Amino acid sequence: MTINEKQDEIIAEFEFLDDWLDKYQQIIDKGQSGEKMQETEKIPNNLIEGCQSKVWVTAEYKEGKVYYHGESNTDIAGGIVVMLVEILSGQTPDEILNSELYFIDRIGLKEHLSPTRSNGMLAMVKQMRLYAMAFKAKEEEK
Amino acid sequence: MGLDVNSIRKDFPILEKKIYGKPLVYFDNAATTQKPSCVIEKICEGYYNCNANIHRGVHFLSQQATEAHEAARENVRDFINAGSTQEIIFTRGTTEAINLVASSFGDSQCKEGDEIIVSQMEHHSNIVPWQLLQARKGTKLKVLPFDENGVLQLEQLDSLISDRTRLIAIAHVSNTLGTINPVKEIIRKAHEHNIPVLVDGAQSIPHIKVDVQDLDADFYVFSGHKIYGPTGIGVLYGKERWLEAIPPYQGGGEMIQKVTFEKTTFNELPFKFEAGTPDYIGSTALATALDYVRNIGIENIAQHETELLEYARTKMSGIEGMRFIGNAPHRGGLVSFLVGSIHPYDMGTILDKLGIAVRTGHHCAEPVMQAFGIEGTVRASFAMYNTKEEIDILMAGIERARKMFHH
Repeated sequence: MTINEKQDEIIAEFEFLDDWLDKYQQIIDKGQSGEKMQETEKIPNNLIEGCQSKVWVTAEYKEGKVYYHGESNTDIAGGIVVMLVEILSGQTPDEILNSELYFIDRIGLKEHLSPTRSNGMLAMVKQMRLYAMAFKAKEEEK
Repeated sequence: MGLDVNSIRKDFPILEKKIYGKPLVYFDNAATTQKPSCVIEKICEGYYNCNANIHRGVHFLSQQATEAHEAARENVRDFINAGSTQEIIFTRGTTEAINLVASSFGDSQCKEGDEIIVSQMEHHSNIVPWQLLQARKGTKLKVLPFDENGVLQLEQLDSLISDRTRLIAIAHVSNTLGTINPVKEIIRKAHEHNIPVLVDGAQSIPHIKVDVQDLDADFYVFSGHKIYGPTGIGVLYGKERWLEAIPPYQGGGEMIQKVTFEKTTFNELPFKFEAGTPDYIGSTALATALDYVRNIGIENIAQHETELLEYARTKMSGIEGMRFIGNAPHRGGLVSFLVGSIHPYDMGTILDKLGIAVRTGHHCAEPVMQAFGIEGTVRASFAMYNTKEEIDILMAGIERARKMFHH
């Protein structure tokens, strides 16, 4: 599936949830059921530090594609990182770098994109793109 | 006499606001309080009718503004029962007041190896200025610990005090645990050793009748915005003999007597510590806020907040997984808590969506969190306009969040 197909799938999941709390329930459930990282990977190097919650993200590069892992110590930030991992994992660095993450706005999470938000999605997205950029640069060196 | 909360609420226009379509429940009063109309109007009125730079002008408006600013100083003096207006210095807030003392007192009275004692429950504002002093002068910071209930272990004070102790700096009320500290007793003990005491009154000023002479505090500091006044104005009370003994903090206009390129002589108290154009709009609006509090009665406010606190603690203790952080017998109007393993950030986010404003995180008191081995708490702090019905809404919100996080 392409990045946009995955985004559309998530938008569809949220489409029928009118109430804010139902949307948050969906995010919390994703956060709680998301894959757990190895404790050895939850190190300062992999940490995207917000003011109040911690988010760890790692990435690996296999056969031209980037695979992410992410977890948070809070369920809400955790749910957000799970969605980002779902959407961006398994894509090429170029696809990731050229993607437009419109799902954020469409599911009503735009407020989480604010740079002043204590745990901005922005920082997570930025870090994930940086990984992609680094893999791309390495690839081009070869 | 109790409070007429319904009538008080009408004085605070922001309380009518809807947040995400729900009535605002404002429980973040320990961070800042809302402002009554009279304070907001006083700020406008200052700029509309009474704006001119104070103290130096011979013209009518300048004299009017000067009188208002100096009347505000007298108002503050009366509110905390200071001996004289010379002992009332306007600052930007509690933080600036502590920094002033750490700088002017610290630099002039402390030598390498001298010691400052703070408590383990201090706000960062009463830790970091002393660490900066440490970096400048080589002083040491000693810490008076609290027990598992959040009560200061006063019996340890004697062993912490040494002949190198230069100052004890301590919060009157903890912003995280709510503990009311026995500052009068601490001051008495300190004075037995001729050690001055600075009291951080940021959290006590809106809740407790403060009498600096009765406490015998050497320095007492607070912020206007925590007592229904504007942001950007605060107060340093200092005993005259200390303020005379220590040098100015910042240099500039207002604080000088005579300036030549060879030598400058400084103005007398309190102006010596008020460099630059003072916030005379803020000071006069602060005086309005203090009048508002006087009119309602600080004892009535304290009683109301204690009732809210007791109601909240009783009700909330019935919530499964509820853990209170801070169980001191004497507490101000705030409750810090955790529910099960729900992260405070998660709890705060859901409560926000329900229109309930609480504080989450470490509340700028990380050493307190370290002592309890937690990352943060959820804090609900009460003011005179809060009601038991709002606590019921908070209760329902916590229960709702508990279910959402499957606890």
